[in-house]
Order: sequence, then structure tokens, then C-alpha cells
Amino acid sequence: MRNIKNEMKLEFLSKSANEAFARISIAAFASQLDPTIEEIADIKTSVSEAVTNSIIHAYPNKEGIVKIRAVLYEDEIEIEISDTGIGIENVNEAKAPLFTTKGNLERSGMGFTIMDNFMDNLKVESIVGLGTKITMGKKIKKIKDENTY
Amino acid sequence: MNVKHFIEDKILLFEFTEELDHHESEKIRKRADYEIQRFMPKKVILDFKKVSFMDSAGIGLIIGRYKSTNCYGGNLELVNVKPKIKRIFEMAGVLKIVSIVENIQGQTG
Ligand SMILES: Nc1ncnc2c1ncn2[C@@H]1O[C@H](COP(=O)(O)OP(=O)(O)O)[C@@H](O)[C@H]1O
Ligand SMILES: [Mg+2]
Repeated sequence: MRNIKNEMKLEFLSKSANEAFARISIAAFASQLDPTIEEIADIKTSVSEAVTNSIIHAYPNKEGIVKIRAVLYEDEIEIEISDTGIGIENVNEAKAPLFTTKGNLERSGMGFTIMDNFMDNLKVESIVGLGTKITMGKKIKKIKDENTY
Repeated sequence: MNVKHFIEDKILLFEFTEELDHHESEKIRKRADYEIQRFMPKKVILDFKKVSFMDSAGIGLIIGRYKSTNCYGGNLELVNVKPKIKRIFEMAGVLKIVSIVENIQGQTG
């Protein structure tokens, strides 16, 4: 088992004002691993995508709870974002670039593609009627230390 | 978002000052479409100089404004797009329909 350095949890209502709150909180927590600006930007964008999905897709007609759990390892951050919303019928289809069920709301269908590209690994688990859990990890490289000191 | 009208040239400039996520994009698109429909500019310029964050909501925002200007024959241009944001547009194929202009200093400065 890998050594856990730190862990945090966050829970909030599915209000769009919380999108910024969520990504900024996770970025602040991740900063303990001394990531580059580039790595932080990738994490912020991916968290924003997953949280926005829970807010607009998981709870289309009501408010619900969005949960985040983040774990820091020596050289990696792992982030879980979950909701108890409507779930995804076909995960492979949902992950395809440009696929969206909300085109009328100016959604681009690029959320999963961005998470996939910006993080090192992405797992999507979903059960219709029960909810969705996204798990994503990003390696935070340590080479900077060797070069700086 | 700051809005500037260049009446003589029929150019409308939107300078985004907020983080372009789903929450902010909803507000921006209402204001932007109101201005576009009222002014019917020949060209709409979207200035990204002050954008410190953008996720996929920005893609929908740009394609939506492309539609609102293209429908009456207007043009849309993006300026001051940072590499990170450009990468997101490239992933979605946005740059096949909307062009990034590298330097507009002379035009709007
Ligand atoms: N948490 C979720 N709950 C229910 N459906 C979801 C969730 N996340 C994503 N989806 C579904 O997957 C599709 C693709 O998501 P995404 O790639 O982020 O594109 P977009 O958000 O622009 O539609 C969504 O349109 C939606 O149907
Ligand atoms: Mg999305």
C-alpha cells in the first residue's frame, strides 16, 4: 500500500457558484505537494469539469449534494468527485469527445475528454438512479527539487 | 466583462474579466447576445487577456457567440489567447470555425 500523506473531504450543495469554490479548494490542498503552475492548472480544470457535471447533469431539476475526497501521496494526488444523482446510462458513450445530452445549454461534450487529457488516470463509475463517482489521479513530479537545491 | 463599441468600424469588443466556467458563462452569454443583437456589429472581438481560468464551458460560450454573429453575416475573432486555453479550443476543433488573431494592438489600443 502507498503511504497517505494527507487527506481531505468537502461536501456542498449543487449550486453553480460552488464550481469555483471546489476547484480553488482542491488546488490549495494540492499545493502541499509543490506542483508546478501547469500541474495546478490541469487539476483545477479537471475538478471544475467533474463538479460542473454533477451540478448540471446529476441533479437537473433539484439540488443535491456533491462530495469531494482528495488524497495526497508522496508524488500523486487522487481526487474522487461523487453525486447521488441520475447516473449515466452508457459511460463509454458519455466519455466520447463532443457527446452531450445538453447541447441546448451550450454544453460542448468535452468535459470527460479534458479530464482524460489533463489527468494521468480517470475512472468513471455510475449506476442509473443512484449516482456517479469520478476518480482521477495526477502525478506531481519531484524533479524540481533536485534542480533547485 | 467589459464591453466596448467602436461605432464607426462597427466592431464590438468583449473583454472577459472573469473565470470562464459554467457559472460565469451563463451570465456572460446573456449580456453578450443582448449587445450583439442590439448593435449587429460587423465584427465581434473576444479578448482573453484577463482570463486566468477556462474549462469546457468556454468552448460552448465561443461556439454560441459564433452562431449569434454568423447568423446575420458578422465575424468573430479571438485575441490574446494563452497556450493553455488555446489547447482546450484545439481539442474541441473550435479553431476550425473561429480564428485567433495574434495582434490587435493597432486596432483597439
Ligand atoms: N455526474 C453526472 N451525472 C449524470 N450524467 C453525467 C454526469 N457527468 C456526465 N454526465 C453525462 O455525460 C455527458 C458528457 O459529459 P461531458 O463530457 O462533461 O460533456 P458536457 O458536460 O458538455 O455535456 C453529459 O452530457 C451527461 O449526459
Ligand atoms: Mg461537462
